[in-house]
Parts: sequence; C-alpha cells; structure tokens
Amino acid sequence: MNLEKSWRRLQQQVVETQVWKSIFRVGIPNTNRKRVLAVLGNVVLHLHPVKTRKSGVKMRYTWCAGGMTFFLFLVLTFTGLLLMFYYRPTIEYAYGDMLDLREQVPFGIMREMHRWGAHAMVITVWIHMFRVFMTGSYKPPREFNWNVGVVLLVLTLLLSFTGYLLPWDQLAIWAITVGSNMARATPLAGYEGPFAAQIAFNGVNLVTAGSDARFGLLGGRIVGANALLRFYVLHCVFIPLIAAFLMAVHFWRVRKDGGISGPL
Amino acid sequence: MTAIKDIINWLASPAIAVTLSMVGLVGAMFCKPLWTKKGGILLFATLIGGFAFSFTDPNFRIVASMPDNVPILGMLFLVGFFFWYAMYQAHLNDARLAKGLPPLEKEDSDKKVFTWPDLVYVELISLIVCSIVMILWSIVLKAPLEEPANPGAAPNPAKAPWYFLGLQELLVYFDPWMAGVVLPTLIIVGLMAIPYIDTNPRGNGYFSFRERKWEIVMFCFGFIILWVVLIILGTFLRGPNWNFFGPYEYWDPNKLVPLNNVSVSEIFWVKWLKTALPAFWLKRELPGILLVLFYMGALPGLLSKTLFKRFYEKMGTVRYVVGVNLFLIMLAVPIKMYLRWIFNLKYIVNIQEFSFNI
Repeated sequence: MNLEKSWRRLQQQVVETQVWKSIFRVGIPNTNRKRVLAVLGNVVLHLHPVKTRKSGVKMRYTWCAGGMTFFLFLVLTFTGLLLMFYYRPTIEYAYGDMLDLREQVPFGIMREMHRWGAHAMVITVWIHMFRVFMTGSYKPPREFNWNVGVVLLVLTLLLSFTGYLLPWDQLAIWAITVGSNMARATPLAGYEGPFAAQIAFNGVNLVTAGSDARFGLLGGRIVGANALLRFYVLHCVFIPLIAAFLMAVHFWRVRKDGGISGPL
Repeated sequence: MTAIKDIINWLASPAIAVTLSMVGLVGAMFCKPLWTKKGGILLFATLIGGFAFSFTDPNFRIVASMPDNVPILGMLFLVGFFFWYAMYQAHLNDARLAKGLPPLEKEDSDKKVFTWPDLVYVELISLIVCSIVMILWSIVLKAPLEEPANPGAAPNPAKAPWYFLGLQELLVYFDPWMAGVVLPTLIIVGLMAIPYIDTNPRGNGYFSFRERKWEIVMFCFGFIILWVVLIILGTFLRGPNWNFFGPYEYWDPNKLVPLNNVSVSEIFWVKWLKTALPAFWLKRELPGILLVLFYMGALPGLLSKTLFKRFYEKMGTVRYVVGVNLFLIMLAVPIKMYLRWIFNLKYIVNIQEFSFNI
C-alpha cells in the first residue's frame, strides 16, 4: 500500500511538471471525459474509436495478429530506412555493403531485425487472415475490407520477394531467378507461355525473351544490374507506398464497418 | 531406431504425406476430443516429441537448423497452435449454441470499453513483447549471407523464397504457366471471392465450427494442405534436383529417380488403341480436351443436380458457377498429383504446338 502511495505521488509530481504538461495536453486520463480526449486528441491514437467492443480488446479473440503485422511493418520501415544509409543497389557495391553491415557497423542487428521481421510479418499476416476467416469476420458488411486485406497479403509477399534479391548473394539471385522464371510462362505474355509463339507479325515473333513479361519485370534477360535496381525501388518506395495507402483504407474500413467484428 | 526412421522417411514421401495430412486434417476436424485442452496438450506433445526425436538425427539437423529455416519451423508451430486454438474456441461456442446459449463473444461484444486504457494497454504490451522477441531473435541468430551472386553457378537445388515453395512443389505436377501464373492468380481471386460466394449468414463475428462446416473444411484444406504442407514439403523434403528426401535422409546430389511419365494422348492412342499418335493436334489431344471440358464444363451442371443440389438452390446460379469452378480447380491440384503418383500421368492435354499443357 505504501508503495502504491509513493508511486501515485511520483506520478503526480511528474505529470505536474511544465515539460510534461507542454507535451501531453490532457494529463493523466482519469475521468471518462479525459479518456475520450486522450484518444481524440492524439494523432496516433485517434486511429481508434473512442470506445471499443469488449470482445475486440481480448487477445483470445483477435490474437493481435493484425496489430502485430502492422507493428512489424513499422519495424521493417524503420530498420529498412537505417539499412538504406549503408546499402547501394548496384552489382559492384551491393554485396560488399552487406559485408560491411555485418562486420563494420556497430550494434549491427538491423539487418537481422529486417530479415527476421520480414519472415515474421509473412507469418503473422497469414495468421491474421486465418483468424479473420475462422471468426467469419469477412461476412457482410466487411466483404470489401477482406478484399483489401487479400491485396495487402499479396503486397506483403511481394515486399518480401523484392527484398530477397537485395543482399545479392547466391540465395538472393537464384531464388529470384526461380521465382521470376514463372513470368516467362505467362499465357500470351511470356515467351515460353501458351500461345505466345503464335503472336507474330509477318513471321516475326512479337513475344520474345527480350520483350516478354519477365523482361519487363527484370529489365533484362537475366537477373542482373537492372533487376537489382528495379527490385530496390519497388521494395523501398513503390510497394511500401501502396501498402501504406491500403493499410489506411483497411483501418478506416474496420471502423466504418462497425469496429472489430463481434456477434451481431 | 533405423527401422523407425525408415518408416518415417517412407511416410514423408509426397504421395503418402499428402494423403495422410488430407485424411488427418479432415478427420481431425470432426474428432471433438482433439479440440479440448487435453487434446491440445496431446497434439503439442506429439509435435514437440517428434521434433526432439528428429533433432537427434544428423541429416535432419543439417536442414532444420539452417537460419532461414528457423522461421518456417516457427510457422509450423504457430499455425498448428492457432489452428488448434481456433477449433478449441469454436467447439466451446458450439457446445453453448447447442444449448441455445449465445457464443462466448456475445456477452463481451454487447459491452463497450474505453479505448484508453483498455485497448491501448493491450497494444502496448503486444508491442513490447514483439519488440523483445525480435531483438532477442536478431541477437541470437545472425542473418545468413551466402557467397556473392554468380549468374554462372546455379546452386542445387535452386529454391524460390520459402513462402512460394508450395507453388514450386506444384511445378512437379504442372507446367510453369499453371503452377506459377494461373494457380497463384486463382488463389488471389478465390480468396477475394470468398465473402461473395459464402451466403451463410451465421458464424459472423465468433468462432464456430458447426455453423460453417463446409466453409471451414474447404478453407483449411486450401490453407493447411495446399499451402502450408506443400511449403514444408518443398523446404525440408526436397533436395538436389528437386528430388524427394525423407527427413532423415542425406541430400545426395547423385540420387537418381526414373522419369517415365506419359500423357493422356499416349495412353489413349498408343496403349489402348495400339496405333501411332495422330499428327493433327486436335485429333491427338481430343481425349484429354474432352476430359477437361467435362471436368470444367459439364461437372458443375451435373453436381448442381446431384451432390451440390442444396448449394445450387441456396446460392443461385452466378454464385454457384463461380464457387463450384474455384472449388473444382482447387480439387484439380490434388487430383493431378494423384494421377501422377498412381498412373505416372504427365499431361492431360499436351499441345506442344502452342506450349499449352495441362
């Protein structure tokens, strides 16, 4: 009891300092009015509704899998930004920069955080999808948000796929070679795909190894310098921007569709 | 010991492993005692025990302890745990629903709590736990870095990123345009179509099995068997030249596997009619084309009158056609696998002229 009293006193003293008051405008939210203001008046917290269904707060229901996925996205954004200080996406430097990151950078766990975080995010996003399915939370009125979620799942895999190439080691180049070889089998659009050889003009094939879907993806006939640059830009800028936009839509729709799902 | 390992190696071969996991999964979903706390402990103990036993084997250790395979093992445990946990809660609710009570979530969902502090604190705790796990994991396990990229020296086996290994496994049974383009596209389309096909209004917002048996069995079949099990197979059991290796087998690059697969056209014309293959592709491939047309074109109609009559009446024509086609394509994946394992069938339709092989 005494301990609690002194804790309260300490808390009181801290929140009454000028510094604290200048940062947190509402003080400790100890009344319902202040609890509302704490959420409404904070740029991060106002993504939430002021009140939430009690079932939506329970771990046993949500598993926090979606929240984990979002948090891992933030971790990956942050560690990825740090990695961008050191990494140059050219075949001359890329691998050497990886060695430097491993050997020269002090407290260097950001590559580890980024790699393991990426694996973890793929897994949490699957578990989130599984939870949403098993609770039937895709049913009306949440059909559209399930669709946004499916696109976000695909974007997560694409983010991981494009990031796979960047270390420019044997694992990277051959995993991307195996993966992108699929593109050359695209019906009509890949040069080994069904009916692609039939697309010809005056006997000249239009879909060749130098003009098909795989070429467009890699910027060349093999996984080389252009592919590295393309994957770098896709990985660091293009896909994260789309994913961030769709996440905003996803969270917004969670609220507009009536908050975290629960029995009707 | 070696006898047990030989049996497990044999059980892990694709035909048997996929059969066992299919029968096991669907059977388990209807086996109520598994979805209690005792059943969970039993399942978990089996998984841990099997894993601990396997880890004493040097060949298993080589593959399982590669740093990039650690998350895949983690996924195996996490997906296993959450599958059990979802089914456990579903059965708790089912017992309540059978008695006419509302699901467990109902009581809670009628109440509302203030986001601050109730939700914000849960989020903060999750965030801290997640950070600690990530930091510890990053300190303990260094991110691997292999030799510098060399476009001239392909490793054997060359594997796609791990989450695509289920699709790479399908390359054994399908041409790349199917395994790498059409099927992934249909997975995405199929997932997106789920809320529009599923007209069952029950089971919205709570765990339940008895109210949504069909949906859950089909989804778990796709997710657990065709996605997760095939990833495990592709990661841990496919070695050099994409040959199969049991969990306790050494990845011998010189292992020889005879390939003598035949297509439907060869079976029909050469084996049955004892004539040469017709020169014209349409005549040659007619048996296979008719099979595919029957499967995709006539079967949905036949099923709507017989086995799926109930669904057809409930769903209406458009939903039924889309749903049953997606279902049949999903089912075609294991069907093609079994045709390969039993009849050494290579292609049902084999039109090399257009690179169009199914």
